[in-house]
Amino acid sequence: MINLTIDNKPVQVPEGTTVLKAARQIGIHIPTLCYYELDGMKLENKPAGCRVCMVEIKGQKRLMAACATECKEGMEVHTNSLRAVNARRTVVELMLSDHPSDCLTCSKSGDCDLQRLSQAMGIREIPFPGEHSHHRKDISPAIIRDMDKCIMCRRCETVCNEFQTVGALHAINRGFNAVVAPAFEQDLVDSPCTFCGQCVMACPVGALNTVSHTRQVMSAINNPKKTVIVQTAPAVRVALGEEFGMQPGEVVTGKMVAALRRLGFDYVFDTDFAADLTIMEEGTELLDRISRHMAGDKSVRLPILTSCCPGWVNFFEYNFPDMLDVPSSAKSPQQMFGSIAKSYWAEKMGLKREDIVCVSIMPCVAKKYECGRDEFKVDGNPDVDFSISTRGLARLIKQYGITLSELPEEDFDRPLGESTGAGVIFGSTGGVIEAAVRTAYELYTKKSLDRVEFSQLRGIEGIREATVDFDGLPVHIGIAHGLGNARRLLEKVRSGKVQFHAIEVMACPGGCVGGAGQPFHHGNSDIIRKRQEAIYKEDRGKALRKSHENPDIIKLYNEYLGEPCGHKAHELLHTHYFDKSDKTVIEI
Amino acid sequence: MPVIKLSDDKVRIIKDICAEYGNQEAEVLNVLRKVQNTLGYLPAEVQEVVAAELHMSVAKIYGIVSFYSFFTMQPKGKHPIDICLGAACMAKGGDKLLEAFKKHLNVEVGKCTPDGKFSLSTLRCVGSCSLAPVVSIGGKIYGKVTADQIPAMLAEYDEYEDVMQS
Repeated sequence: MINLTIDNKPVQVPEGTTVLKAARQIGIHIPTLCYYELDGMKLENKPAGCRVCMVEIKGQKRLMAACATECKEGMEVHTNSLRAVNARRTVVELMLSDHPSDCLTCSKSGDCDLQRLSQAMGIREIPFPGEHSHHRKDISPAIIRDMDKCIMCRRCETVCNEFQTVGALHAINRGFNAVVAPAFEQDLVDSPCTFCGQCVMACPVGALNTVSHTRQVMSAINNPKKTVIVQTAPAVRVALGEEFGMQPGEVVTGKMVAALRRLGFDYVFDTDFAADLTIMEEGTELLDRISRHMAGDKSVRLPILTSCCPGWVNFFEYNFPDMLDVPSSAKSPQQMFGSIAKSYWAEKMGLKREDIVCVSIMPCVAKKYECGRDEFKVDGNPDVDFSISTRGLARLIKQYGITLSELPEEDFDRPLGESTGAGVIFGSTGGVIEAAVRTAYELYTKKSLDRVEFSQLRGIEGIREATVDFDGLPVHIGIAHGLGNARRLLEKVRSGKVQFHAIEVMACPGGCVGGAGQPFHHGNSDIIRKRQEAIYKEDRGKALRKSHENPDIIKLYNEYLGEPCGHKAHELLHTHYFDKSDKTVIEI
Repeated sequence: MPVIKLSDDKVRIIKDICAEYGNQEAEVLNVLRKVQNTLGYLPAEVQEVVAAELHMSVAKIYGIVSFYSFFTMQPKGKHPIDICLGAACMAKGGDKLLEAFKKHLNVEVGKCTPDGKFSLSTLRCVGSCSLAPVVSIGGKIYGKVTADQIPAMLAEYDEYEDVMQS
């Protein structure tokens, strides 16, 4: 242990602790900007590049960056000496001197770390007038890069390369022209980007942001010829409240439904319904593959990989083109919902698919890309027309002057709003596979589960492995969240080092609860954990907790689809994948 | 604009250079230097091959190529002209000399003359500050260069061409 003093307060820390963390331990919060950490998830960016966290250390000539300076025995740190405070202020002023002063209209306003610092430091003018750097704006189907606002903190670079191992973004050029960009400054859509959006989540300013579809949605709602329906993903209801000052993990399902009705949606449905449907298809596919494998069929590919996460789908299409037949062919719940809404439900209601506008509320950025994929369109009409993030929904609610906390609790419309607890837990890492196990176990063993909760599948570790006993048949399951973890697990599978029957992957830390469309957590991983707990709490409160017991799902199969994985189900609920490893087109 | 396609033998050359350095990420600067010395420049497809061989993202390779002024994505001429803009050469009018070269060749910095004979770039100090301002043409150093010497300097390479052609 090392003893030091920070602002004259003694503190004891283990060797290797940074001054920044030692200070936090005793309640001293040194301001930071480029520093970004997702505690407990092996994600840390500390290039010591912004110099905002500079402190004075006795005996050191220069000021030191607290985020990258390790504590030493007998160190005497002063975080708020006049010299440190002035230097920090100058650093922020210099940053502002090459930053657009358009806070009033910036999409990040109110959530911007630079704005917050400037406010806290009381900066009222920028004493360094001069040239501003300019970069081409890049608008992809999901993410907007507005790099005039980039402050070169390189958080996005660390997230994209080290945590997600996607490698779409990197710092390029030098000096005044330095910026973070895809290779050859291509458009993001031509790069290996998966649209997971974790760069957006990490960006402290408005340089990286998401494409918004809220205006199109509101004009559709105000078009009397259109029937506008909405589906809400499970992770939204455990995070939306944060945007309205509620505690992380507060469940606002009923109020959210009420708010959506007040916004004018004709029918408020639930993606959880489609999650139950996904389990019927994916669970059946899993059992089919396992039983064929056990019968000696050598053509069967195991493990089956989940395919609900669009960031993950983009990732394996680019990085694992040799394994395209391994993932489940089941569409994601968002797309299953759209497909069923514009076929089964449309027929039931006597509506033409062109007259239905299907909107999704997602904790996700990649869903915006997914709903635009060509294979999810019928004669050019997309199954899901628009995808709005949790943050986007919060914005709409505020814009319409609706006070979320004062709304009554309302129920989803039926039939596409009925769901079980299995659908709810889709929002957390481990949830999809737990939901699949609940159904697959009962279908396989023909026995009823005593306990529907599988604690061995839960947790927040990046890579988890567990074996579930299917009444004598051990089913080996792998779980990864974060694309870097997924890559590590998949590479082990590809090399034959490990064998699983099924693997669940989610691109974002913690799963959809940590999705890039959620309220900004600013690196506080406790928020993600609380949302995860809330998901399991919501599950516990459900009367039905197994997908195959959802009465409206049973009815859907009886009335319309026939058998799970049958002909009609295949047509409407399954998809195929593309080799995108060659998608980079270089033109110079 | 055309999509550059690398010939198989060029891919082979790049792969061999990467292998020579053990396909190690830590050797990326040496690899890029050698590849550029061999192929003349580092177009996008060359960077893609290097990235794949060293198990790095193309974005990172491009980050390195765009950071160091030594690396170029533009093809160099048969006789690459480098004008030194180090402190001593600048003080002795290196920047004015650069303008004179640009005007004489009618070419921008980093670009090649249409016949592919000369390319123009700048560098920072070749260690011959006593000869400032310094110009290097294909590795040959010219000292105390003035703008009016340019035609004669470049004519040397005309003769060279003629000799080669005869």
